Amino acid sequence: RTVSHGSSGRLRGLFLVMVLVFLESSVFTLAFASSDQHSPTTAHSDGHKATDHGSHNNTGKAFPVLDLNYENVRVPFEISLWVLLASLMKLGFHLVPHLSNIVPESCLLIVVGLLVGGIIRGTGETVPPVLDSKLFFYILLPPIILDAGYFLPIRPFMENLGTILIFAVVGTLWNAFFVGGLLYGVCQIGTESSSILSRIGLLQCLLFGSIISAVDPVAVLAVFEEIHINELLHILVFGESLLNDAVTVVLYHLFEEFSGIGTVTLVKGFLGVISFFVVALGGVLVGVLYGILAAFTSRFTSHTRVIEPLFVFLYSYMAYLSAEIFHLSGIMALIACGAVMRPYVEANISHKSHTTIKYFLKMWSSVSETLIFIFLGVATVAGPHDWNWTFVTVTVILCLVARVIGVVGLTFIINKFRIVKLTTKDQFIIAYGGLRGAIAFSLGFLLEKDHFPEREIFLTAIITVIFFTVFVQGMTIKPLVELLAVKKKQEAKRSINEEIHTQFLDHLLTGIEDICGHYGHHHWKDKLNRFNKKYVKKCLIAGERSKEPQLIAFYHKMEMKQAIQLVESGGGIKLPSAMPSTVSMQNIQPRPPTKPAAERAIPQLSKTKEEEIRKILRTNLQRTRQRLRSYNRHTLVADPYEDGLSDLFLKKQKMFQIEKKMNTYLTVPAPPPDSPTMCRARLASDPQAYSIKPALNKVPMIQVDLASPQSPDSVNLLDEFGQANQQEEEEQGLMMKPPSRPREGKKPGEEDEAKDQQKLMRCLSDPGPSADEDEDGAFLP
Amino acid sequence: MGALQSLPGRPEYSDLAEKTGFSFEQIGVLHKRFKQLSHNEETLRRDHFNEIHDLAFNPIRAQIIEAFFDRRNFHQDGEGKVQEIGFEEFVVVMSHFRPPSDHMTEEQREKTRREKLRFLFNMHDTDNDGTITLEEYRHVVEELLSRSGTLEKETAKCIADAAMLEVASISVGHMLLDGFEIESRMTIRFLNMDTTTLCK
Repeated sequence: RTVSHGSSGRLRGLFLVMVLVFLESSVFTLAFASSDQHSPTTAHSDGHKATDHGSHNNTGKAFPVLDLNYENVRVPFEISLWVLLASLMKLGFHLVPHLSNIVPESCLLIVVGLLVGGIIRGTGETVPPVLDSKLFFYILLPPIILDAGYFLPIRPFMENLGTILIFAVVGTLWNAFFVGGLLYGVCQIGTESSSILSRIGLLQCLLFGSIISAVDPVAVLAVFEEIHINELLHILVFGESLLNDAVTVVLYHLFEEFSGIGTVTLVKGFLGVISFFVVALGGVLVGVLYGILAAFTSRFTSHTRVIEPLFVFLYSYMAYLSAEIFHLSGIMALIACGAVMRPYVEANISHKSHTTIKYFLKMWSSVSETLIFIFLGVATVAGPHDWNWTFVTVTVILCLVARVIGVVGLTFIINKFRIVKLTTKDQFIIAYGGLRGAIAFSLGFLLEKDHFPEREIFLTAIITVIFFTVFVQGMTIKPLVELLAVKKKQEAKRSINEEIHTQFLDHLLTGIEDICGHYGHHHWKDKLNRFNKKYVKKCLIAGERSKEPQLIAFYHKMEMKQAIQLVESGGGIKLPSAMPSTVSMQNIQPRPPTKPAAERAIPQLSKTKEEEIRKILRTNLQRTRQRLRSYNRHTLVADPYEDGLSDLFLKKQKMFQIEKKMNTYLTVPAPPPDSPTMCRARLASDPQAYSIKPALNKVPMIQVDLASPQSPDSVNLLDEFGQANQQEEEEQGLMMKPPSRPREGKKPGEEDEAKDQQKLMRCLSDPGPSADEDEDGAFLP
Repeated sequence: MGALQSLPGRPEYSDLAEKTGFSFEQIGVLHKRFKQLSHNEETLRRDHFNEIHDLAFNPIRAQIIEAFFDRRNFHQDGEGKVQEIGFEEFVVVMSHFRPPSDHMTEEQREKTRREKLRFLFNMHDTDNDGTITLEEYRHVVEELLSRSGTLEKETAKCIADAAMLEVASISVGHMLLDGFEIESRMTIRFLNMDTTTLCK
């Protein structure tokens, strides 16, 4: 143990040194490259230059065997270098022990950016203006937003939409006017009339207020993903950060216009209000349009599966750009597009395309986020700064105060309409989680110098606020969450039961509303669902899938997941013929099992059922200690084995024994359990098969009686753990033994230990969805 | 029958209000709705419910209607079904869907939670024996899928089996409690309910 630890420690150190060296060299290259514009002659190395010059003078020019031509490659080269730097930084952080627990990644990345900027400056070169607004808004921001929108949890978002909208619209407006107005007051009153501050007009202050007041989705995502708070708070802050884009866009353009013109009339103010609605709704409309187009296109891609992901990305990006053409809210368009197209696209595309989309989105958004923070650091070093103590400190304080007052005030109003009230703790987290980020900086950067002579003061203040929120609030929010004992994300796996009960409850509540004669939001939701099922799905989903009810689709998806997990674990030795052949794993060929009859412990079960049972036993054995990893871009790969290593070794031994003695139908030996193929990203929203929960004593014990004995699909209980611990497994595999503890009805007292030791099998008599012969059957959502 | 029943006086309302937790206005609105549904008779019968147009699309319509006629939901420790219900029973059944009020003690919350769970349980347990069998659960799933048009009995059976097996080692109540926060989920906003003029 200690030896391996030591060697891995040395390896780590080596890697870090390599990263540092690379960092230095890349920085120097960049520095030299940027100085190209100023002194092209120094860019080339001396030796070659000499020969070049020499050879140019000769009539018989020597053929340049080795030539240096950096100019052609310069731009792509620099870009790649930056991206590589960002990725290496990401790697490096996780190698340093304990660092990622204390400091959020965003802080570290900004520090790296500062370092890089500092190094570049230290070598005497000018720092390249990396956080160009065009680059930011058109290249860096869309992947992050699309990632957020595509995987947006629709249900909690819709349930809390009212709250989110109020926070986003009213809250941002309040912040903007409060900060802008008070800042103007401070500038006029608190300083001498000759200082630069007093020359800042009201409109400029309001513009500044509107830039600085918007909660930033990138920063919120970066910080909140590491603290795993409960879903409600997460969706509230995150939803707010997404939806306030419309407000920010309108206010920004409004004040920019006005400060150019100089006078504000009431009509213009009124037009501003109207333009807000146009921007917001227009953005959503554009997004929905493109989403429907994408869904419709995906209906016809069954023969060209390879480019399916491309459609998703292209349509979304087009939605964003189209919205930007008309000065509509691009972020809202992107979100709407992703959210609308997802259910239909996922019903149409193949499993591989789904994985591709997921991974590409994660990858791009991860890289984007990293780059944004690094560039923030670099831009801080670069930027022309104008530090003004009064302005900056007043801004920071006002931002904090405005946020707190805004949240508390709005919650007071909102709680009158909410069923689940927001507690003080919730309010604190919402207020504290209002982080500012790169969007504010880019908007400030966009300001023109001639209209805004105080641009540099603004930029400095913006950067200070960003640093403050990201560093101070970002670093302290995690311990505060622990301290306040805020409810964390629940380990709720979406089991088939929850799905059934959710649907049941939905219908029940709709029914009750109808009986009451009350057209509440259940009623309208039901109407929308019916409309969706009747008309929309038929258009946008190809073939038979359009008629599949959600419950069945969910169930199939869960089955699929279990099957995949089974194969990944290396236990895919035998697959039951009931396995849906749409599973696109090239190594698996479903074969009928060849178990001899003597092995069947319970005579009435058929062979296929037996295989199902074995399959479930195997998967359940390995999943006994699996905890749900809440989905998180930083830990995309869920590691189910970290706790169950000893169990795993046991199981591995058994598996090897089994494999030795049986024919395997796998053409490729099963990968070892800890290889990358074993670890698959599991989104929290994906259904997971159910796993044991600890007992609660206060629960009203409702008797659940199992199958009546006459039913042919009788359920059999097994004492799995008892088996697992027994080493004397026969080579043929996990045997089924008669239940060691007969349990027909459950009594309240027994549950605790029984729960830990009992798992029930499923009788899968389901033949599976319409068997598609081609390997890439439609992915089942 | 058919005579316009005069509104019960305030004392009767206050009795109901105390029993169920509704406010006077809400009970008034519910009473109006009751009269509308029952065509001004004193009691509601099943065919009155069947007349509600919107309910026709609901896959679990039958179970919802049965819940109103189930003695177990009347908080009177009765059992079995009745053929017709009066206003009091109507309000009592509706009270299962009240949102939890702000000033509820933990104990009261537990109580409401239990009541709601018991209501749900009674809906599943159609034969009144106090247990949910696999057959009953299967019936639930079949009902849920019944509107889809592609009723594959096999699949429905399998889903029910899978669900039942998942849940059998913990109680149904447990699962509902943990994942659900049922006291806030199973609620209707009785805020602006007076839309009796709009719907049939």
